[in-house]
Amino acid sequence: MNATPAPKPDAAAVHEPLIRIRGLRTVLNGKTIFDGVDLDIPRGRVTAVMGPSGTGKTTLIRHITGQLRPDAGEIVVDGQSVWKLGRDALFDLREKIGYLFQNSALLTDFSVFENVAFPLRQHLKLPEEILRNIVLTKLQAVGLRGAANLMPNELSGGMMRRVALARAIVRDPMLIIYDEPFVGLDPIALNQIVKLIRTLNETLGVTAILVAHEFSAVRRVADHIHLLAGGKIVAHGTPDELARGETPWTRQFFSGEADGPVPFHYPAPDYARQLGLSA
Amino acid sequence: MAQRQSFQVGTGLFILLGFAALAYLATQTTSLANYSQGASYDIVARFTNIGQLKLRAPVKVAGVRVGSVAGIALEPEKLDAKVTLSIDDRFDKIPDDSAAAIFTSGLLGDQYVALQPGGSPTNFKSGDEVVLTQSSMQLEELIGKYLVGGDAGKPKPDASTDKK
Amino acid sequence: MTALRRPGLFTTGIAQIGACGIFLLHILRALPRSLRYLRETVRQVFFVGAMSLTIIMICGLFVGMVLGLQLYHTLSIFGGTAALGTVVALSLYRELGPVVTALLFAGRAGTSITAEIGLMRATDQLDAMEMMAVDPMAYVVAPRFLAGVIAMPLLACIFNALGIFGAHLVGVNWLGLDSGTFWSNMTSSVDVWTDVMNGVWKSAVFGAVCTLIATFQGYTTPPTSEGVAYATTRTVVFSSIATLAIDFVMTAFLM
Repeated sequence: MNATPAPKPDAAAVHEPLIRIRGLRTVLNGKTIFDGVDLDIPRGRVTAVMGPSGTGKTTLIRHITGQLRPDAGEIVVDGQSVWKLGRDALFDLREKIGYLFQNSALLTDFSVFENVAFPLRQHLKLPEEILRNIVLTKLQAVGLRGAANLMPNELSGGMMRRVALARAIVRDPMLIIYDEPFVGLDPIALNQIVKLIRTLNETLGVTAILVAHEFSAVRRVADHIHLLAGGKIVAHGTPDELARGETPWTRQFFSGEADGPVPFHYPAPDYARQLGLSA
Repeated sequence: MAQRQSFQVGTGLFILLGFAALAYLATQTTSLANYSQGASYDIVARFTNIGQLKLRAPVKVAGVRVGSVAGIALEPEKLDAKVTLSIDDRFDKIPDDSAAAIFTSGLLGDQYVALQPGGSPTNFKSGDEVVLTQSSMQLEELIGKYLVGGDAGKPKPDASTDKK
Repeated sequence: MTALRRPGLFTTGIAQIGACGIFLLHILRALPRSLRYLRETVRQVFFVGAMSLTIIMICGLFVGMVLGLQLYHTLSIFGGTAALGTVVALSLYRELGPVVTALLFAGRAGTSITAEIGLMRATDQLDAMEMMAVDPMAYVVAPRFLAGVIAMPLLACIFNALGIFGAHLVGVNWLGLDSGTFWSNMTSSVDVWTDVMNGVWKSAVFGAVCTLIATFQGYTTPPTSEGVAYATTRTVVFSSIATLAIDFVMTAFLM
């Protein structure tokens, strides 16, 4: 009754997107990757970034996590401008981000259990028993509690992905980044991962960024899709909106045609001339 | 956990082995090995020239090591070298008229002090001085003398000052 | 041929040295933070030190035996076989011990460090650590560097001890030199500070240089299997050159 009401989160802060990218411009090895990308990732939603291979989806993520410096533009994550942070502040921010690597990136020296426990051991001084419980809970969530004592090289690719997912969520992050989570999974594992992403988002309200090309899987988990091509966001909307294919970009990407605004061919000199056939 | 333990044990063993090797090299194969272990007494000997005699060089009687050189200093008035010999207490029966000489082990080896026992009934005690001494043989001097003696037509400039 | 014609080969080499120097500064800056990972350092001392023991001990023994044999015959020409112990000890402590240990270390431990870090790079493990807010410089590189600096002098001492033993075996037990002469000549002319400890300082520096090169090559390798293979080769080549060059410089200064 007399308890002081907990300070209510500022309404503006809640609606403020978790990640806000403005005017992002990146040139890598002389190739323009991003040419003025504006992107908002809302809190508590699953946002997918899709696009043809080589459009810099992973690069975009590396910008968000502060691993790669863009040439221009501003990236604000949770109210902090990533590229103005010092090393320690950046690491503090990263502690709140879970990252699922495309190739799992498990530490090969450690067992499955120790891999999942690694972030906890590095940053928190937990009693061994509590740590054990947390790790086993997360492994149970990905269905690999029984594999806790195996080494990473004894696992299949799909199992490694699930261990990596357990590791990414072990510290209950505010943001999880999934880099190509569906590649090379069998239908059962894929289904489980899809469900896990959904569950994490619905029960814990975790914000998620999903980078993938599999539209069939993405449309089951994503609230919002951004289509990246030619260094720009060319389309965005809910999965259903994009599936209708109202722009040339979406039509080409989702029906997989070689001809369209996205060039299937890497820039090359004239084919006939290079073969010496031109008159 | 057991695996972690074995790393630590292995590392510990390795470090111990390494330091044991270092300690062995440092104490058993170097001049540190020549430090006398037990008690000793000092006697003094004066030489006009000690050559390349160094601190901790051995002191021998009949070729057997009995002690070491504990100090080398220049006597300011007499301008000769005062060498302190530290003799192990075990060897307390060295007659006090023994002579000290600086020899070279082998042709080019290190120099050491040799004590040649005399016949006196009394023995050296701490602080005694060796009266009879023979300075270091300087190879250059020997060769010089030989040259002067063998070829009188070309006297060396300092040959005249050389006392016979 | 093509390599020679490529314009920036010399510049690339200089840039590599520069990058290596900057990498060293990064390691030194990460060292205080790496003290949190003491257990990892201990593990690395085991891998680079204890696991190199066999090769170091066997090679030390044989180098000592060869030295004993060679020097005995050379010294007997001058009637100076009595000096065998001295000459063996001095050449081991001052040069052969630190240098041969460093070369063996580069081949045994250096390559495995490069391959390990290179594979960690290729499989995104280093990026994963960064993303888990663990600095790979402090967690992966600095402990290996420290382990190299700690392990190398100890390995060199073990190498020397086995070398002396080998020379004693050949000179005394086989060629019939008097054991007393062997030891007494050695003990009268070998000094702790100018000989034994000089070798220890040298090998600590070699340890730093070899692990610096190994970690640098691994850390900056292109993330492909070919890249890791080349990086491993470069580790051995550069470590050997650097060891011998620094040996000359240090000998000139320490003498």
